[in-house]
Amino acid sequence: MNLRGLLGRIGLWFAILVIVSPAILFFLWMLSLSLKFEIDNAAYPPVFFPEHIAWKNYADVLASNRFLTYFINSLIVTGSATALALIVGVPAGYGIARMAAHKSAIVILIARITPGLSYLIPLFLLFQWLGLLGTLVPQIIIHLVVTVPIVIWIMIGYFETTPLELEEAALIDGATRWQVFRHVALPIAKPGIAVAFILAVIFSWNNFVFGIVLAGRETRTLPVAVYNMISFDQLSWGPLAAAALIVTLPVLLLTVFAQRQIVAGLTAGAVKGG
Amino acid sequence: MSVITQTSPAAAQDAAPEKQWHRPSYWPFVVPALVVVLAIIIFPWLFTIWMSLNEWKVGVPTTFVGLANYLRLPSDPRFIEAVGHTLVYTGLSVLLPLLFGTFAAVVFHQKFAGRGFLRGVFIMPMMATPVAIGLVWTMMFHPQLGVLNYLLSLVGIPPQLWVFHPATVIPSLVLVETWQWTPLVMLIVLGGLAAIPTEPYESAQIDGASFWQVFRFITLPLIMPFLFIAGMIRMIDAVKSFDIIFAITQGGPGSASETINLYLYSVAFAYYDIGYGSAIAVIFFLLIVALAAVMLYFRQRMLWTETGSDA
Repeated sequence: MNLRGLLGRIGLWFAILVIVSPAILFFLWMLSLSLKFEIDNAAYPPVFFPEHIAWKNYADVLASNRFLTYFINSLIVTGSATALALIVGVPAGYGIARMAAHKSAIVILIARITPGLSYLIPLFLLFQWLGLLGTLVPQIIIHLVVTVPIVIWIMIGYFETTPLELEEAALIDGATRWQVFRHVALPIAKPGIAVAFILAVIFSWNNFVFGIVLAGRETRTLPVAVYNMISFDQLSWGPLAAAALIVTLPVLLLTVFAQRQIVAGLTAGAVKGG
Repeated sequence: MSVITQTSPAAAQDAAPEKQWHRPSYWPFVVPALVVVLAIIIFPWLFTIWMSLNEWKVGVPTTFVGLANYLRLPSDPRFIEAVGHTLVYTGLSVLLPLLFGTFAAVVFHQKFAGRGFLRGVFIMPMMATPVAIGLVWTMMFHPQLGVLNYLLSLVGIPPQLWVFHPATVIPSLVLVETWQWTPLVMLIVLGGLAAIPTEPYESAQIDGASFWQVFRFITLPLIMPFLFIAGMIRMIDAVKSFDIIFAITQGGPGSASETINLYLYSVAFAYYDIGYGSAIAVIFFLLIVALAAVMLYFRQRMLWTETGSDA
């Protein structure tokens, strides 16, 4: 029995190793690529731990003045799209949950099923007519396609689980609906808002397809900027891997530190943008 | 459900003139979102349908052509090919993550030290920026310098061309997609496992059932609804997959990995054939709905036979 338990334990840890190693090895290899000079990156058999670490790759990426522009673009687009989505989406989730208007979720479902490119064609023409191309506005607006459904979906689910008794008591005491929402429902919903915020930020930050069509040279977000690096530096893997890591680092950090919220949000709504 | 309307005098007054008007006082909460949804989801859809009925190219006056754009589709070999690629890509990208994700969920359902941290590491691939991930996979796929061929050589397998050969490009991309999205299946199934009561396991243990028997006859039937949801979500995402394919192959070599979504991109934003692109977008959406309907149908039938055999 004891031996069986020990064998089971070994089997379990072997299974854990098998499951987790593809993720760990990938990101370690990404890190390794980003810290090597070209000689090491072009070596065969591959070098895993370089003798000389190429911090230069990161310095080069960060020093290029465009990179800062693209970073700020990403911050503005993701920040605005997330903030706007929270402003309209949190009250909407509340209203839909309290009205029990479950049929309205069909719109969210359609948004979830529709490929991102389908929005791009009509909105691209619209932005062109409005003369907005060349600014960040089109990207902020179209990122709402990603962020608004996530926020509404998560907030409906969250408000459905928050207790009604306090809200009813406040209504009886003469509070308006808005006061009830602002002072009773909203404070209770903070954890739900955190989940919606984190997921909206991640999926907006990661979005690529809207940027390749809508972004000009000055208005690229980071994922688009990194993609555009390929054509120029076909064989300089070090800086490219460094740039890729810098782009995805904020998201990876969020994943590790806000793991509980992300898991809760993904399993509740299983939402994904784009 | 209707407690609020009954207890709230304000709602009762509002509801009085118009018979059974649906709790009007919550509408202001929804209106801003409704405007946004109309502008960025409903309007684009209606406009897409309208464009698909027109010969609509950039710089050329548009003319109404009815269903002509749709009639072009069956005789467009690139579109037909893209549908085939999409179905193969989607099928594999649903099945493999379901398989590995279920296995991973069973493992993460056990108690072990550092489980929370390792779960965080495990879900990193699906949260990471897809383009960034795609670039690194491209380097790993490199036939001469890539680390994957090196790893294969360690176990005596000859080097592969991966995404650089038409025959292996889709399986290679599916490998990336599986690596990326197995965690989502794992999370959903893990939620299912957590909801299973312990009684069946206790009686199975008393009866001396093996681990496999327990999984096959107790766990699997109980997590079936969750597997179905995971499969559905996976299908919707795999059909639409864009970032990974675009970043790694752009549909190549040739058009060997061109899915509907990538073809749609080329038609709309490389050839600027807006009308035809819109028709593809509409058919693409209907295809996704149809696939979802087929999955639902089989799920219903399975449920029916399950309950039928029980009775």
